[in-house]
Amino acid sequence: MLEIKDLVVSYGPINALKGISLTVKEREIVTLIGSNGAGKSTTLSAITGTVRAQSGSIAFLGEDITNMAPHRIVAKGVGISPEGREVFPALTVEENLRLGAYTRTDKGGIQSSYDRVYELFPRLKERMRQTAGTLSGGEQQMLAIGRALMSEPRLLLLDEPSMGLAPNLVVMIFDLIESINKQGTTILLIEQNANMALSVAHRAYVLETGTIAIEGRAEALANDPRVIAAYLGGKGAAERDA
Amino acid sequence: MKNKGLLHSFERAVDRFKWPLAVALAALLIYTPRFAFMTPANMRIAIMILIYAMLGMGLNVLIGYTGLVSLGHAGFYGIGAYTCALLMTKLDWPFWPALLAAGCMAAVVGLLLGLPTLRLSGTYLSIVTLGFCEIVQMILKQWEPVTNGNYGIRNIPKPLLFGLKLDMKNGGLFYLTLALVVLTALACMAIRNSKVGRAFLAIKDDELAATMMGVRTARYKILAFVISAFITGLGGGVYCVVANGYIEPTSFVFNTSVMILSVVIVGGLGTIRGMVFGSALLWLFPQVFRFLNEWRFVIYGVLLVVMMQFRPQGALGWRSTLPYRFSRRARRMIQDKGLKDPGKEA
Repeated sequence: MLEIKDLVVSYGPINALKGISLTVKEREIVTLIGSNGAGKSTTLSAITGTVRAQSGSIAFLGEDITNMAPHRIVAKGVGISPEGREVFPALTVEENLRLGAYTRTDKGGIQSSYDRVYELFPRLKERMRQTAGTLSGGEQQMLAIGRALMSEPRLLLLDEPSMGLAPNLVVMIFDLIESINKQGTTILLIEQNANMALSVAHRAYVLETGTIAIEGRAEALANDPRVIAAYLGGKGAAERDA
Repeated sequence: MKNKGLLHSFERAVDRFKWPLAVALAALLIYTPRFAFMTPANMRIAIMILIYAMLGMGLNVLIGYTGLVSLGHAGFYGIGAYTCALLMTKLDWPFWPALLAAGCMAAVVGLLLGLPTLRLSGTYLSIVTLGFCEIVQMILKQWEPVTNGNYGIRNIPKPLLFGLKLDMKNGGLFYLTLALVVLTALACMAIRNSKVGRAFLAIKDDELAATMMGVRTARYKILAFVISAFITGLGGGVYCVVANGYIEPTSFVFNTSVMILSVVIVGGLGTIRGMVFGSALLWLFPQVFRFLNEWRFVIYGVLLVVMMQFRPQGALGWRSTLPYRFSRRARRMIQDKGLKDPGKEA
């Protein structure tokens, strides 16, 4: 469904991505894990067209979308919940969701998307008329995901959905991610919480300073000593940090 | 429900008696020109308050909704005033089409200014608009064959409405301005609650996130510029017929831009009520405190500084403290699911 080949992105003289390749297949959850500054968010920005790719290609449903205008990429079926729960604080929950459906014109379809989002997140329905800035962190994260779903994306990009959330909320968000996937949405998940990410994902990529270091099935990676040491707080990490 | 302070009780009272209050206010405004204290001088101030409320609403589309700061709105104001005045005096156009042309002319210039500058934001955009205002000022002063330079345009006729001449004595000019303010306010509210308005607010809140939602931010920024310029141009068109029959370039200088900006900031960014209040405050203050002579400007300045320190959202820029009311659709959905309506607890 999504096919990235040799993608290079630089900010000035700094290469954020040094030629990465990854694929996401229909109905999969694929996770991209890595530490701060590894290039995870840059990858998402390149997919959504908000940063320019120097070279390489991004194909979505067999069509080249490299450096296409963001609104066209959204219209093709790529929805994103950006990092840091960037909801629009001055707008109400309902208006935030409406913005998620911005590129759509089918009224009936939008209505059924509302129903679907409110079904997934009953909290949001209760708070429909409230401005998003007054929501709690967990609610804002639900809103950011709900907003992304309003465009009925074929591919949902989630950037650090667990960031800054209490542990019980993290579990809940990951449950929701699994159920969104079971309803037929393909998901590319970016996470620092590698433990949780590997538990829900089918396949995983490990990004290290702009290159893909390890890739494979999620269970395999969860048992890979290198991954355990670096990202799952394993024995090796403890020794190195000490 | 526990007491939430003066503002809350005030807002509840206003909300409960919304319609009687609106009728009373309308009656008061319609009666205004008949009050004994409405001397021609006071009448002019009342009209200027209305015009600046309109200018404030125009700039508010840009600053309050979209988050772009313009320091050059006097330029659009001047373009509107000169367009209307020139069409009426040189080409003998009637007032109404000339007024519309004033708005359109300002909108076209707004488009031309917006196209190359849309990539700028924040301080850079403000500087460009500042330069724009100076350019307009220069053209008004130097292009003598058309604008008559420093002498300005004289003998601007009064507007006619179905053969009736609108002037100060019959209050026609007051009603004309009032009607335009009301129309502008309604238009602004309609914009705020439309798809376009949501895109503006999304850009103000978080431009990158708006882009990621598929909002074509560059287009909407230009559109905000054009709408804002159109409203300001209309304000200029009205000004040229109420301003004693003549206009001159010095009415559209940087100070004028600052005055418009102050209306928006002092009144309350993003609100309509704030524009009317801010305009009234800024015009009435120097009048009421005339006995303080030169000191009034010192106090005026201090007031602005104190206000920005303690109430940066503007005098009337509060967020509603009333319980959230649900739309009919939401209430139905809540009933279906057997949830409690939080609005009813109040």
